[in-house]
Amino acid sequence: MTDATTNPAPTRRRGTARGTRLGGVATHLVLVLGAVLMAFPFVWQLLTALKSQAEAMTVPVRLLPQEWLWENVARVFEVLPFAEQLGVSTVVAIARTVGQLALCSLAAYAFARLEFRGRELIFALFLSVLMVPSQLLILPQYQIIVSLGLLNTVGALILPGLFSAFGTFLLRQFFLGLPREMEEAALLDGASRWRIYWNIMLPLVKPALAALAVITLMNSWNDLLWPLVVNTDPTVMPISAGLTTLQGQFSTDYPVLMAGSLLASLPMLVVFILLQRQFVQGIALSGSK
Amino acid sequence: MVTATPTSARSETARTRRPRSSRATQRIGYAFIAPVAIGLAAFYLVPALATFGLSFAEWGQFGGWTFNGFENFATVFRSDLFWRALLNTIAYLLIGLLVLPIALLLAALLNRPGLRGVSVYRTLYFIPFVTLPVASGMVWKWLYNGEYGLLNEFLGLFGIQGTYWVANPATALIAIGAVQVWTQIGYYLIIFVAGIKAIRTDVQEAAEIDGAGSVRRFRSITVPLLTPTIFFCSVINVIATLQIFDLIYVMVQSQAANPAFNASQSIVTLFYDTAFVDNDKGTATALAFLLAILIAALTAVQFQLQKRWVTYD
Repeated sequence: MTDATTNPAPTRRRGTARGTRLGGVATHLVLVLGAVLMAFPFVWQLLTALKSQAEAMTVPVRLLPQEWLWENVARVFEVLPFAEQLGVSTVVAIARTVGQLALCSLAAYAFARLEFRGRELIFALFLSVLMVPSQLLILPQYQIIVSLGLLNTVGALILPGLFSAFGTFLLRQFFLGLPREMEEAALLDGASRWRIYWNIMLPLVKPALAALAVITLMNSWNDLLWPLVVNTDPTVMPISAGLTTLQGQFSTDYPVLMAGSLLASLPMLVVFILLQRQFVQGIALSGSK
Repeated sequence: MVTATPTSARSETARTRRPRSSRATQRIGYAFIAPVAIGLAAFYLVPALATFGLSFAEWGQFGGWTFNGFENFATVFRSDLFWRALLNTIAYLLIGLLVLPIALLLAALLNRPGLRGVSVYRTLYFIPFVTLPVASGMVWKWLYNGEYGLLNEFLGLFGIQGTYWVANPATALIAIGAVQVWTQIGYYLIIFVAGIKAIRTDVQEAAEIDGAGSVRRFRSITVPLLTPTIFFCSVINVIATLQIFDLIYVMVQSQAANPAFNASQSIVTLFYDTAFVDNDKGTATALAFLLAILIAALTAVQFQLQKRWVTYD
């Protein structure tokens, strides 16, 4: 980076202005280069998705498709139960998100505001769950799913992810930060705890709920290991696991692989574009994915 | 992982001045936490303890198990695959850490006063992070393709001979590690941008008036004041990379005949294979347990080392 602010004093003012402009150009140059590196793989994904298999595998590589084969998108739905898998991913993501928001916020409110015996101890146990890497839990969780007879069901995908120590912790921090006055006035008026939670407190933590929601949606949509373990039937796989099955049979059909992977990541991209602010806040708040 | 929200400390003290806790409030409290508490106990706490216990047991083919001491751990330690996977995982970890300086540099550039298009850049950099990892793995595998891949085509322009990046044992791990970095940049970028914004501007301005150039300001002010954030990111990043799975699974594993298979496996892919392909649950449990210890140990080491380089003002 060039910057002329270190020039000797007499020329400093002009030097600074020119230096800043030069620095600005250099900054943009680096940032644009980086942005191209970040975005280009997706452009290439799209371009490959619309080529014929033969054209995708020609040397030297052609950038644009000779013929734009939009029907490749339809082929994804033929080689995979793609619609079902998108459906599974959507149902699981929504169920986990709604479930976490409801259950975690309820518990978080209790931890922040209600006094009951053993509260600190139970909360410490909640925190200890945060420290355990998920691989340590998978085998016993798998055994539970087996004994519940839930293998190859949507329930298996939803169940463990319905409960979140992280979500409870995050929301508790928010509840703790809220002023008590409104709540105490409502208590004096005879409002029940449930009403206070639902009508007064919950609306006040909306930003935190939104942040938790987008993080949960994303984690659920992108999860791979757990679905691979519990659901081997393609029709009840989420799209993440479903895509990996394509690789075996269609390992050289790159247009279909690219079309499928593009379609599978699209819903989350749309959510991200629409809810960017919540995403950024979720990241800034959370520390973890 | 644990997070820090500025509100916690303040309200912790405010809480103690409430004497009212009737029996009814207690019951409501238990009722409110019950769903999550039961779910976490059943699906997280008990399984964590079970893994601990079962790592010392042999699992029966059809359920049931018998205690076998350290047999599972001995099996793990005798296995070449384990040591290979451990070394590979450490290599992924080291490559993965590159994301921090890259994201930090980009964050510093994005924070240049008066820069246009910040939100556009931020969006573009963040997209790989929200993209389905399976999809990213597939795209990159295609870009890395030895015959028709765009990367080799591009390198060819400069007369550089490419390779089969994810099938060559010498390059597979680095190639996958690079994609891991690529997916994570946006995440750390956001944290660093927020961190730099929080640095008091008067310090920056004072330095500027004193004639410090932007490179020098970055080195002497931004980075030191940001060390708590960098430390936090480093802890998170190490924990995440130690659990690397998706990209390896997509880019290497599904091709059983890949010659780079052993050269690219991580502890978690080995765990998955052991538990669900070889169906050796006892050994897999020991593996998972060792991974947890590794994560805890490296996190503890980082907390120890932070005293030497993290400055809290």
